[in-house]
Amino acid sequence: MGGGPAGSARAVADALRGRVIGMSHAAKAPHLGSCLSCLDLLTVLYASFLQVDPRRPDDPDRDRFILSKGHAAPALYAVLAHRGFFPAGLLDGYTRPDSPLEEHPGPRCVPGVEVATGSLGHGLPIGVGMALAANLAGRRHRTVVLLSDGECNEGSVWEAAMYAAARRLDRLIAIIDVNKWQATGRSAEVMALEPLPQKWEAFGWTAMRIDGHDHAAIAAALARADAAAGTGRPFAIVADTVKGKGVSFMEDDNNWHYRIPTAEEVARARQELGLP
Amino acid sequence: MRNAFAREITALAAADPRLVLLSGDIGNRLFDEFKARHPDRFFNAGVAEANMTGMAAGMALSGLRPVTYTIATFNTYRCYEQIRLDLCYHRLPVIVVGVGAGLSYAGLGGTHQALEDIAMMRVLPHMTVLCPGDTVELRLLLRQALHLDGPVYLRLGMKNEPVVHPADPPLVIGRALPLREGEDVCLLSTGTTLPIAVAAADRLAAAGVAAGLASLPTVEPLDTGFLAAVADRVPLLATIEEHSVRGGLGSAVAEFLAGRPGPRPRVLRLGIESGFQHRVGSQAEARRRAGLTPEAVAERILAARAAPAPS
Repeated sequence: MGGGPAGSARAVADALRGRVIGMSHAAKAPHLGSCLSCLDLLTVLYASFLQVDPRRPDDPDRDRFILSKGHAAPALYAVLAHRGFFPAGLLDGYTRPDSPLEEHPGPRCVPGVEVATGSLGHGLPIGVGMALAANLAGRRHRTVVLLSDGECNEGSVWEAAMYAAARRLDRLIAIIDVNKWQATGRSAEVMALEPLPQKWEAFGWTAMRIDGHDHAAIAAALARADAAAGTGRPFAIVADTVKGKGVSFMEDDNNWHYRIPTAEEVARARQELGLP
Repeated sequence: MRNAFAREITALAAADPRLVLLSGDIGNRLFDEFKARHPDRFFNAGVAEANMTGMAAGMALSGLRPVTYTIATFNTYRCYEQIRLDLCYHRLPVIVVGVGAGLSYAGLGGTHQALEDIAMMRVLPHMTVLCPGDTVELRLLLRQALHLDGPVYLRLGMKNEPVVHPADPPLVIGRALPLREGEDVCLLSTGTTLPIAVAAADRLAAAGVAAGLASLPTVEPLDTGFLAAVADRVPLLATIEEHSVRGGLGSAVAEFLAGRPGPRPRVLRLGIESGFQHRVGSQAEARRRAGLTPEAVAERILAARAAPAPS
């Protein structure tokens, strides 16, 4: 991937969208809408922000990334494969018997997956522990945790948020993929979720709200988060996204939390994405 | 036991720079020495056990050896999924310490009585469950536990427990510790009931019963080799624990014996039989009501011996 022009990152993101849609179809596995909402965030993170090296996945100084919304595992798998952590051919085996790629990432399932996730509300506490360990060891790498908006229902998210602020973990970055839907309802209606940036600010973080599909805005927010090191405050990026982003008939339609695309729908989606 | 734990963990931290201690806003003054000697390795995690456990996982994934500490109820029930997924699923070397287990905090009511924690912990994959019978066992187990490569639940009493072992016994995680031989009955105790079991064995001996006795501080993995040997020669086993009779040591022993071919000994499971123990009273009072006294234990065993064998 590398730090190419914005246009090429967009092309990469669309290609990865095609990949993920194909994986959902082949595996008959759900959560496609949730994968597509965070795909631009993942693409930019792995293209230009995270200091990780597929040749040294255990480097103690690597940046740590936790996909706390583990149900978007196919998106993470596709990005990691694209980044060279494992052969892309492994993606074809997604959820097949004996594949390392389960519907939710297992512990040390493939290089690049730091933490097993799938039950919501676990990633941020683990990330806080990693950031504390980094401080103790005098290491300066970043810890980035990607959460869903529905995940913010979980109390453990806010326990971790308060603790991170108390410990002044300013190399800890939380990204909230606000795609406006949780499994069975509008996230803002199921619980009083908003105003999210103000909530994170009130919990002692610096927060900013961005368009989670605008690659330049994502990169700029990450740069600001990086610059927060030294402020004593962890950084939250509230990323407004669209569930099912990139495919007209999936966008903002929560049926695609669980629906599996047919072969015909896969073809239509690829056409819309400009993929062969 | 909590003072012995604090002393020991402070000493162990000096020897192992990877050791970090997380406390769930408890142990006022208890860890002053630890904090003075290892200030950057003590974390008051607040009243947030789910986060504390998750953080311990993140620390262990970064090469540290975390120990989480709070009252047994809160450090198990409150954060069970974090223990299951963050610690066990990843098989991380984190020691979860439950202090004041069983009826230690009887007077505080049902909220503070951990009576099902062994049951919950011993069924988790990769989990080692340790219930020291006195401070000597605690010290020996804790040292070994820090060298295991997976999660550990360390179940402690609170304070002023009698010391049973006059000298360090040859205690090894995963092994029962036989204390007395006897062909009529064998008492198997885990955790803080050990002094009760010893006194009960004395009473049985005085009554002419050849009572064997073993401390089983490791409930998981169960020492099945020891149990098989005992089962082959003793007709009655009596498990004793400050825990529900459902799911604890008694159940573990019964599960093992149920799967063995041939004649097997009867298992008398002694512990808490009646749910929440929320009547006002001290630990001694609560134990008396639950039948966890040397007198009551001995009587139950004598009665069992007198009863006709089940047809």
